[in-house]
Amino acid sequence: MKHKTFFWFFLPTASAMLLFIALPIFSIVIQSLFTPHDAVIIVTENCDPFGCKQETTIDQEATRDLRKSEPLGKFVGLEIYKDRGHLAINEVKEIWIESNNFTEFKKNIGNLPFYRAMAFTLTFTFTVTPLMLVFGFIIALAVNSLHHNLKGLTIFFSLLPMIVSPLIGSLVLFWMIDSRGIIGEALQYVFEDPDLSLKASTGLTWVMLIVYGVWHAAPFSFVVFYAGLQTLPMDTIESAKIDGASRLQQVWYVVIPHLMPLITFVALMQLMDNFRVFEPIVGFSAEAHAQSLSWFIFNDLGGETRLLSSAATSSVLTIIGVSILLFPVLIRTWRDFNEKSAK
Amino acid sequence: MIKNIMRLVVASAIAVFAAPIFADGHGCKISARVSIVGNEFPAIHAVADGAKVCKGSEVKANLTADHQKINVAGMSGNPAEYTSAIIANSSIVALMNNDVIRPLDDLVAKHGKGLKKNQLITINGKVMAVAFMANAQHLVYRSDILEKAGISAPKTYEEMLAGAKIIKDKGLMDYPLGGAYKAGWNLAQEFTNMYIGHGGEFFKSGSAEVSINNAKGVATLEMLKALSAYMNPDFLTHDSNATSAEWKAGNVAMMNMWGSRMGPLMDPEQSTPTVVKTTTLGDPMTVGGGSTPATTLWWDGWTVAKNISDAEAEATFIAMMNGINPKRLDDKMMPLAVWLIEGFKPGPANVGVAAAARMNAIPYPMLPYQGLLHSALGSEIVDFMQGKEDAATALADVEAAYTAAAKEKGFLN
Repeated sequence: MKHKTFFWFFLPTASAMLLFIALPIFSIVIQSLFTPHDAVIIVTENCDPFGCKQETTIDQEATRDLRKSEPLGKFVGLEIYKDRGHLAINEVKEIWIESNNFTEFKKNIGNLPFYRAMAFTLTFTFTVTPLMLVFGFIIALAVNSLHHNLKGLTIFFSLLPMIVSPLIGSLVLFWMIDSRGIIGEALQYVFEDPDLSLKASTGLTWVMLIVYGVWHAAPFSFVVFYAGLQTLPMDTIESAKIDGASRLQQVWYVVIPHLMPLITFVALMQLMDNFRVFEPIVGFSAEAHAQSLSWFIFNDLGGETRLLSSAATSSVLTIIGVSILLFPVLIRTWRDFNEKSAK
Repeated sequence: MIKNIMRLVVASAIAVFAAPIFADGHGCKISARVSIVGNEFPAIHAVADGAKVCKGSEVKANLTADHQKINVAGMSGNPAEYTSAIIANSSIVALMNNDVIRPLDDLVAKHGKGLKKNQLITINGKVMAVAFMANAQHLVYRSDILEKAGISAPKTYEEMLAGAKIIKDKGLMDYPLGGAYKAGWNLAQEFTNMYIGHGGEFFKSGSAEVSINNAKGVATLEMLKALSAYMNPDFLTHDSNATSAEWKAGNVAMMNMWGSRMGPLMDPEQSTPTVVKTTTLGDPMTVGGGSTPATTLWWDGWTVAKNISDAEAEATFIAMMNGINPKRLDDKMMPLAVWLIEGFKPGPANVGVAAAARMNAIPYPMLPYQGLLHSALGSEIVDFMQGKEDAATALADVEAAYTAAAKEKGFLN
């Protein structure tokens, strides 16, 4: 392709990427380096139905002038990244010095919001991603071997978890696993423990979220793998059969290598999605047990006093986290690409 | 100071007989758009419905429990999406801090006929909101269960604990206590109540420096945890809605709950017959031998956005005035809240809030940084409630989380 043609082909994509990806990222990076101005506080007499009293309020006029002269706020550099709500550099140092052994260090680190969130997020990401790949693959194989009259209906039902919006799906399950809900009561009966509550224990809450995550995401990998299975080279399968390969060996030596690019693609997408785990935490009201960076952003933006710089910082940290996670996969893809073009 | 509310209750009773002439709902005419955002409970619905009666232009209302997550953002633009936010004494602070609501003095002078002085929320001499109801959390109990257990209505949290033990030991109920203890805002509110009941101060006087890591803070946490032992094990996921549902299902014997939630609990259409018959309101309880009730007084009111045209502001004011028109206080609306509106007659569902005022409960602090402490409490005391750390560590965590947030917002250096 000529350079000029390429330029005009690529221009719409490039401008969309600039507008919707590069600019927002640039914006949050900038916002994470600034905080609001020091509040100008005055004591005024305030009256409400219960009487009048002297109270502290913000002097709007003085603050307005400050905001006008420097609309971005106060430049603080990486201060927000280092504070307790994020990387907590000083706190981690202190804990490192004060802890006698690694177990104690781990326990105390878990008390800091960022590391507590990371513990859950990474556990979630690295259990849900492989599990959903395996389940999606098994479902795809099973559906593929069905009689073609049954396929349409089965595919529809297998896709249901993905069709239901995540928040609704998790709310439905939330009420089912309630200690007075159908699954909650059933579990109490099975384990003969009337006090058993999935929502009251951190471990069980994590299990519940992971099960939900797999349930919700498996249809995605199923549908991709199922599409991949339609392109299987039948002659290779047949020659494998003639060579006496069992079903398992066919899957292992022919099907999986054939689907490898798709597996990489689904794994990439899911690593990214699962790292940003958010809806199930809200839907299951699980914030007491499990938090993620995305939940922090939501929480910072939602409180009575919004913490915008903190939310921007958490967003940047999310991007960095996703990049680190995807790095090995990207490197691999790059190498494969180079090998292919070298041939 | 808080006697005002009692005076108001009496005055309201008198006012019924001398009902002044107000613009009729049908006569409410507006000429510009009105868009309301607010919390979601029956009394707020009643006010918004009253505003919607107005003819001449569109009146929209977005009432949701997540109103605090959207009201500042929805009023920051120019023109603002929402022309009015229905808020309470805690949430007006966020609107004030962000400078998104306008002073109402001129509109009050022009269209505010019939508003009483104590309805006008005045900050630094300017009317910033119009209050229409008072609210407080107080005791509510099931008279039949307490009778079977042979106990009387608790006056203190210590008595509540003892009563809960008796009810449980007698096998009357597995989880006799209820409460909105959901991690986050609700749990922080219960801490605030209990800490005030213990006579605690949240900040070093005259500064934004937090000081809750003390004996009173520890006692507060210990009491919250002792109470939670008698609650449904899922208590950290129960907000006011879920707790009310538990109550209506007949699973709870005693709880500390919002006055504004009492109507539905005693409504035969929404609750089970035995529960409706035996739901009884009590005074707010005290704790730790203190005399200040462990609760906070609240007002709910409406504001008018700053970033809208004067015509829209006027239309909003007129529509909201119609929402709180005394003529609308009929049999349906009357029991929904302790209205600050002329003509309000306290009913059986309102005695708890009136008792809170009579007992000189403290209003929820309207400080610019109280919300930051509330958020920090909501997330950091959860570990303690789950038994993962001790009270002092939890309080130290709250202080550290608050300090980081207050530094970011420029309240501390």
